[in-house]
Amino acid sequence: MIYKSLKRIYIGLILLFLYAPIITLIVLSFNASKTRSKWGGFTFDWYIELFQNEEIMSALGNTLIVALLSALIATIFGLIGCVAMQQLGRKGRSLITGITNIPMLNAEIVTGISLMLLFLSIGNILGKIGVRFQLGFMTVLISHITFNIPYAILSILPRMKQLNPSVYEAALDLGATKFTAFRKVVLPDLLPGISSGFLMAFTMSIDDFIITHFTKGPGFDTLSTKIYTELRKGIKPEMYALSTIIFVVVFILLLLVNHTPKEPNKKR
Amino acid sequence: MKKLFVLLLTSVLVLSSFTACGKEDGGNKLYVYNWGEYIDPAVLEMFEEETGIQVIYDEFETNESMYSKISAGASLYDLVCPSDYMISKMITEDLLQPINWDHVPNRIYIGEDYWEMSKGFDEEGQYALPYCWGTVGILYNTTLVSEPIDEWADLWDPQYTDEVLMQDSVRDAFMVALIKNGHSCNSQTTEELELAKQELINQKPIVQAYVVDQVRDKMIGGEAAIGVIYSGEAIYTQRENPDLEYVIPKEGSNLWIDSWVIPKNARNVENAEKFLDFLCRPDIALLNFDYITYSTPNVSAREMIEDEEIRNSEIAFPTLSNYNLEVYKYLGEETETIYNNFWKQVKAY
Repeated sequence: MIYKSLKRIYIGLILLFLYAPIITLIVLSFNASKTRSKWGGFTFDWYIELFQNEEIMSALGNTLIVALLSALIATIFGLIGCVAMQQLGRKGRSLITGITNIPMLNAEIVTGISLMLLFLSIGNILGKIGVRFQLGFMTVLISHITFNIPYAILSILPRMKQLNPSVYEAALDLGATKFTAFRKVVLPDLLPGISSGFLMAFTMSIDDFIITHFTKGPGFDTLSTKIYTELRKGIKPEMYALSTIIFVVVFILLLLVNHTPKEPNKKR
Repeated sequence: MKKLFVLLLTSVLVLSSFTACGKEDGGNKLYVYNWGEYIDPAVLEMFEEETGIQVIYDEFETNESMYSKISAGASLYDLVCPSDYMISKMITEDLLQPINWDHVPNRIYIGEDYWEMSKGFDEEGQYALPYCWGTVGILYNTTLVSEPIDEWADLWDPQYTDEVLMQDSVRDAFMVALIKNGHSCNSQTTEELELAKQELINQKPIVQAYVVDQVRDKMIGGEAAIGVIYSGEAIYTQRENPDLEYVIPKEGSNLWIDSWVIPKNARNVENAEKFLDFLCRPDIALLNFDYITYSTPNVSAREMIEDEEIRNSEIAFPTLSNYNLEVYKYLGEETETIYNNFWKQVKAY
């Protein structure tokens, strides 16, 4: 009896620590007063102001576009990479896996600064042949693709290893071209890995602050860099409202994902 | 051979993607780099409408992060708005170009006092146009202290143990200790700094926390009795909690000025001058004052403030001659290292 209630209290504590900050944020997003230490009454004003604030909206747009594009491109690159790695011998494969894992373990600040330096030196070279180059959307996108690829590979590769090569060979024997065999036989089996790789890359990209901070240029902001600039004068409650919306959307998505029927190929 | 070709092709592709984003540049543009939330967005729109110049606006959060971007040449800006000591550092390192004042006729609206203060970091008045300024002082909650606070030494009073908020920044923290000891806040002598460090270490048990922007919320909520704060924030906190009182300590304090400067590598200098002239227009300066709430050096804008209480507020516009105020200077790399090392020792103690 005591054991059971102790278990409950423990779980409760974990949930409390996980969600207390988010709940605080949600409550504050309805606070009419700008300061967190005073309750000025219930209001939807921040939500209305949020959608009228062009800067925040464009930062949100940038964040989503960069996240979608970088996740998409990184997943495609990752998929191609996995197919190629499959053809390598065991030694080659473990070597390449190691190389692709390093950027993931590498501190973000190192990645960020080295990317910035790389872009700057490319800019210098381009400047010599008379092409003007500036940090901006393109450099941020390239950086995000760079740090997303390992995540895509990480979730696709294990799937790839589980595949039975005989199925692919059978398709070839039955007259399918290599590409058709890949598209119709291999790809469907990889799909769960691909989609989880995509989602992973997407969230990493939305989450990123440091790398974006170093590779962004004038006039281009994502949500994380935008929020950071508000530090000196205090973060505006519109941001609380936006974060609340993002949390709710993610929560609903999560519920939906968890309710999809189980993958058919799970049988032994 | 085939591999080489593929490599060549991809590199051409990557390079062309860079140039694609670089080419659209060159129209009638202006790149501005300012503090976060440091301009009324309506002002930017009005400027674009009146002049047809497109403003590409970017924000930074500390002088240091701004400096690292400018000195690395990572981005080319036409106008930047750093604080005093950072401007003198950038002048020493030859990162700025003089402003042609003939192209900024509206500068006459900036008060004589502020040009004078500016000379502390821009000796010949060539580089910087004052934009916002303020003092550093003590904010205290009248219901939580036994008698009015009026000097830095009160931050060492044991009766306020665990009730004091200090600024979590090297210069501001050392300024408090140095001025309390009767030294300059630009002190370069190791003995004075050593003494200040010792004072800060002695003060540690009394300090509740070293904070940046939480001073506002903590003071409004009555979570602390005394806090070191910027004058611009003091007006806002008083509006939220009338028990709060702001004072510039009688020993003296720091006066800070954020000013516009044009980096050496700016490409649209003419547009930058137009923007500066626009910002100096009293109606525009007033709009910005209402939005930012930090004191404006624009004398005509101040006269146009409708709320009499604010126009004559001793917090927003203190009579400068009544106080012993000093502007931060860049102290050189060596002294900066001493400050930073001492600060680390204080924090780690």
